[in-house]
Amino acid sequence: MARRSSAARAVKVRGVGPAGNAEAPARGVAAPGTGPSDATATDLDRLIHERIRLGIVSALAVNESLSFNDLKALMATTDGNLSVHARKLEDAGYISCHKSFEGRMPKTDYALTTAGRRALERYLGHMEAIIKVTREGRQ
Amino acid sequence: MTARQPLKLESPQDPPALSDRAIDNLRFIRETMERAGSFTAISGRGIAYTGLIALGAYAVSGNDLGAPRWLSAWITAALLALITSVVATYRKARLTEAPFSDALARKLALAFLPALITGAVITAVALRAGWFVALPGVWLIMYGAAVMAGGALSTPIVPVMGATFMLLGAVTLGAPVVLATSWAEPARQALLNALMALGFGGFHLLFGVAIARRHGG
Repeated sequence: MARRSSAARAVKVRGVGPAGNAEAPARGVAAPGTGPSDATATDLDRLIHERIRLGIVSALAVNESLSFNDLKALMATTDGNLSVHARKLEDAGYISCHKSFEGRMPKTDYALTTAGRRALERYLGHMEAIIKVTREGRQ
Repeated sequence: MTARQPLKLESPQDPPALSDRAIDNLRFIRETMERAGSFTAISGRGIAYTGLIALGAYAVSGNDLGAPRWLSAWITAALLALITSVVATYRKARLTEAPFSDALARKLALAFLPALITGAVITAVALRAGWFVALPGVWLIMYGAAVMAGGALSTPIVPVMGATFMLLGAVTLGAPVVLATSWAEPARQALLNALMALGFGGFHLLFGVAIARRHGG
């Protein structure tokens, strides 16, 4: 199915347990005192905020590459929906696409680019910052 | 022309807090990564050591499949091999920082254990009924099924190893029937024991070295 990337280890999702407890936030994403709404309004990468696209990027972060069919099964979505979202990520330079033939069957493989990995890391940082700022506000 | 009915707004509800959405997004990312991830920390060295242990068992077991010595030698080897593989895989997982979530561990166990438990049950029945010649084939084919199922969550070479064991298991199960008239009982049992050594010893060494070279460790 998939080939796992050695670089996949670079992206780590901090613990979010069943009760939804997030651990410490990422480094320097939102300055202290910055409201969560500020972080989302100005910095949030809306391109990967959408669920299917976020799923594609997350899945590719732990695999060197995944085929179109792997991603379709993983996201439980349709061909058309997946191709639209994959195209948007490709246009943004977040994922790369490689087309080949397996016998007579066309095969499309996707891989996360460096820009895509950075975007996911930034997004994770934003989410953690939002959680941190909200908790600090409650205390 | 009729007047349009005004929209009836439902009573307002509190929108989900921003931090709840963030937690939900993080959980979604983590679960997607777990579902998409594969377990790559299978230790090639551990598998190769397993092969060496099996060859050791072959050397001391003798060829009498009904003798307690044969059974105890192979069962001891199986336990030793299991401990060696688990320790080697754990060490490799720690060294390479391979992700090993509870979900992935559960999936691996659910894939690997059913065939092994089935093999254990058939072994108990075979021992009770005195079907000792069936044991090598049953062990090889059930182990192969377990590796093939568990290997679906790992690197592609692991299911190939499982399939090879299953093929050898099928040959080993058929051998006593095919050779029933032409080979004497001791020679048949010696052949079955040698096929065990080929599988658990030779194949493990072969695939262990291949995995260590290709995937490290």
